[in-house]
Amino acid sequence: MAVTEDRLFGKSIKRREDPRFITGQGRYVDDLKLPGMTYAAFVRSPHAHARIKGIDTTAAKAHPGVVAVFTGKDMTGVNSLPCGWDLRKEKGIPGVVQDLAMVPHMPLTSDVARHVGDPVAVVIADSQSAATDAAEKVNVTWEPLPAVTATDKAEKGPKIHDVPTGNVAFKWALGDAAATDAAFKTGGAVTVKKRIVNQRLVANAMEPRACVARYEDATGELTLWVTSQNPHVHRLLMCAFVLGIPEHKVRVIAPDVGGGFGSKIFLYNEEVVCSWASRKIKRPIRWTASRREAYMTDAHGRDHVTDAEIALSKEGKILGLRVKTTANLGAYLSTFAPAVPTFLYGTLLNGVYAIGAIHVDVTGVFTNTTAVDAYRGAGRPEACYVLERMVDAGAAALKMDPAELRRKNFIPKFSGAFNTLVAVTYDSGDYAGALDKLMQVFDYKKFRAEQAEARTQGRLLGVGFSTYIEACSIAPSKVVGALGAGAGLYESGTVRVHPTGMVTVYTGSHSHGQGHETTFAQLVADDLGIPMEQVEVIHGDTGQIAFGMGTYGSRSASVGGTAIKMSLNKIKEKGKLIAAHLLEASPKDIEYVKGQFQVKGVPAKAVPFGAVSLTAYVPHNYPEGLEPGLDETSFYDPSNFCFPFGAHACVVEVEPETGKVNVVKYVAVDDVGNVINPMIVDGMVHGGIAQGVGQALWEGAVYDNDSGQLMTGSMMDYAMPKADMLPAYVTDRTVTPTPVNPLGVKGAGETGTIASTPAVVNAVVDALAGLGVDHIDAMPLTAERVWKTIQAAKAGK
Amino acid sequence: MKLPVKMTINGQSVSHEVEPRFLLVHYIRETVGLTGTHVGCDTSQCGACTITLNGQAVKSCTLFTVQADGANIMTIEGLAKDGELHPIQQGFWEKHGLQCGFCTPGMIMLAVQMLERYPKPSEEVIRHQLEGNLCRCTGYHNIVKAIEWAADKMAAAK
Ligand code: FES
Ligand code: FES
Repeated sequence: MAVTEDRLFGKSIKRREDPRFITGQGRYVDDLKLPGMTYAAFVRSPHAHARIKGIDTTAAKAHPGVVAVFTGKDMTGVNSLPCGWDLRKEKGIPGVVQDLAMVPHMPLTSDVARHVGDPVAVVIADSQSAATDAAEKVNVTWEPLPAVTATDKAEKGPKIHDVPTGNVAFKWALGDAAATDAAFKTGGAVTVKKRIVNQRLVANAMEPRACVARYEDATGELTLWVTSQNPHVHRLLMCAFVLGIPEHKVRVIAPDVGGGFGSKIFLYNEEVVCSWASRKIKRPIRWTASRREAYMTDAHGRDHVTDAEIALSKEGKILGLRVKTTANLGAYLSTFAPAVPTFLYGTLLNGVYAIGAIHVDVTGVFTNTTAVDAYRGAGRPEACYVLERMVDAGAAALKMDPAELRRKNFIPKFSGAFNTLVAVTYDSGDYAGALDKLMQVFDYKKFRAEQAEARTQGRLLGVGFSTYIEACSIAPSKVVGALGAGAGLYESGTVRVHPTGMVTVYTGSHSHGQGHETTFAQLVADDLGIPMEQVEVIHGDTGQIAFGMGTYGSRSASVGGTAIKMSLNKIKEKGKLIAAHLLEASPKDIEYVKGQFQVKGVPAKAVPFGAVSLTAYVPHNYPEGLEPGLDETSFYDPSNFCFPFGAHACVVEVEPETGKVNVVKYVAVDDVGNVINPMIVDGMVHGGIAQGVGQALWEGAVYDNDSGQLMTGSMMDYAMPKADMLPAYVTDRTVTPTPVNPLGVKGAGETGTIASTPAVVNAVVDALAGLGVDHIDAMPLTAERVWKTIQAAKAGK
Repeated sequence: MKLPVKMTINGQSVSHEVEPRFLLVHYIRETVGLTGTHVGCDTSQCGACTITLNGQAVKSCTLFTVQADGANIMTIEGLAKDGELHPIQQGFWEKHGLQCGFCTPGMIMLAVQMLERYPKPSEEVIRHQLEGNLCRCTGYHNIVKAIEWAADKMAAAK
């Protein structure tokens, strides 16, 4: 589909959701107040690992204003929170070396608490302050147990679940081990081995998680407002697996949601407990996480410890890549946890390069920490980081320019299919094209001259590149089913044309910042040739939308948008039948052009869109046998993932005395296929870059391995990127449409996060290269860590 | 124990009895019902709760309600006049200075005072002034642009 000037598709249109947000009229979950509302406060484990000897709720129950206090023992008949990804040999899941230990995760734990913040009881009261005060009065008798939080100590640490495999949750491998061994033995090969730690992160959506559960006794209906990226998935998991209540009697609404970044995909303890409790007390219950609770309970991201080896020919060809990763899953299996360090990670290790052989080995481990699941990028940033660091380390070993080495190894431009060595097939790519564009925008030669000049003055300037790829448009149901997913990953889109020609679009995608109300309206108005004002977009409500798998994995435009596009096609096909009848022509002679159905090539013989829609609902003069109405629903299941790519460059200056890293310049060239709204895509890239730079330089969730305490449990301790820590970004793009979907869009939500972390770290290493540094094994690159690296390099270590 | 408080919020006089420990942000959101002011943290870091109090941008989670007794407060809901957006609101819309919108009211209220102090701020000044307000979505790039846009617009109107 060509994107031209006069089309709405491809235009930076201001967002229609903004007026409510800039005037304080957004409606987030915590803004909701219902008659008879009660408030919940959770009692949580202060220990990383402890047996519950007893819970005394007497004093809490007697506290003024308290309506009810529940513990896990009260929740009879309630099941474990499900893990929706199974890795078992008998299921035929590829790569399984040791079956996943499906450990239970009860909404309120009643035997053992397994991480700091694990909820054990809930207090519900007439006011939030009464609930919070009374929660302090719940007396839990704890028997503290030894704990382990560190990824590389988990296997030998105290056992967290009663399973025979101890703290090893699963083992998985992908690629060709023998071919990889052979590649490393190639005569003359240069090999480099590095430890690469991808630290644990917290998503930190600015809106904390929240829910309001309201059970209506008279109708038996439960409504749950929840900070969710996928309300239908919440409903399904809660009804079918945990509470066993009828799905059609439950409505889940995710209204305005203040950012997600993955952390709001999953079904959490609190919304399940509130839904269950609301049925008990027959009053609405609201719960909103404090930021402290968010740090302790929102699913964390990343947390890999990897040993990676790369083998290169003297000429700089990548012969082989061998990766061994230990992935920390936390204390429980979050909803999609096992997929992240396996199929979303190993399958991306081919990158944009033609590599001789690849093998990856992953061990998932349990620790006494918050569960780890998808955080913006989910597995793909970890893969990109390993590969892009190793490529740089390889270039350093060969004393070769890192951009040049990349260029030597790029997969040549293609469209249709490139089969990787790690199970996925890329859709379309022009990797050299992206780097070429980057080099135009970022004057590389000039920079190297400046850098050399700076070095003579003792200044440490560095540049880092990242030529990344990612898999998004998640995902073909058959493929993910074969890989262990318990769900399909299609999307639904309904286009309801009203009699007056106004259009309501119902999408299963969910916007929590992505601007779907604008983008999808643009898509529909563009396709139908009607003004955007005639199109309304509804999302986030199981009561209104057929079904939906929601928003994550950069899937909204490509999967959700395509479902809408399919419904638009059906609308137009049906409209042609009606128009043909009105025009007394044959349906095959009718075409749809800019808001009207016309006889092919004869714009004068036409009926406008609104006349056709009216006829559909007032079918007096109507084709024989055709159903009235103009309302179509489609489910789109993609045939493949889409693979956006690009080239990023970061320039840093390191202060030699302090080790402080300043990001001087950041240039991003992304190729996300066709772009519906460039302004929105650029915005997502900006935000992604900030998060990726945050990981490289400042962020990290830190546990004390002895006490198991979360040391970064507030915004005072967890270093969030601030405006004055970041530069303005230069963004540009190349456009390689995907052949996978009719819109040609790939996905843009995660590229910035995936690409930027290695670019920054590579830049810091480049800045220190003159001191003999070729690697720093752990992030974030705080001043302290960089200073120590400088000191060690100077001491010749 | 409850104490009486009286203050002006967005030009309206309000009075209630509140617990001495009741935070101003909760008073604004729960008691007065103005939910445009948000709570993003519990340690005074995020700035989602920023309002102006007697013309000063303050974090309303960092004050007890009783401390605001007698104050003149403006929240995001009071910024647009007669349906006309304030130039800072316009700037955020024009320049795509928001995504999820959760940090936005705080950002805008902070910017109100920022532009009073620095009518023509440099990018550096804007970034420095924004230091007390966190945004997880935008990477700040377009927030800076939005404030620059508003500064130009306001200067031109003078
Ligand atoms: S709520 Fe975060 S600073 Fe006030
Ligand atoms: S727009 Fe989402 S936190 Fe700023």
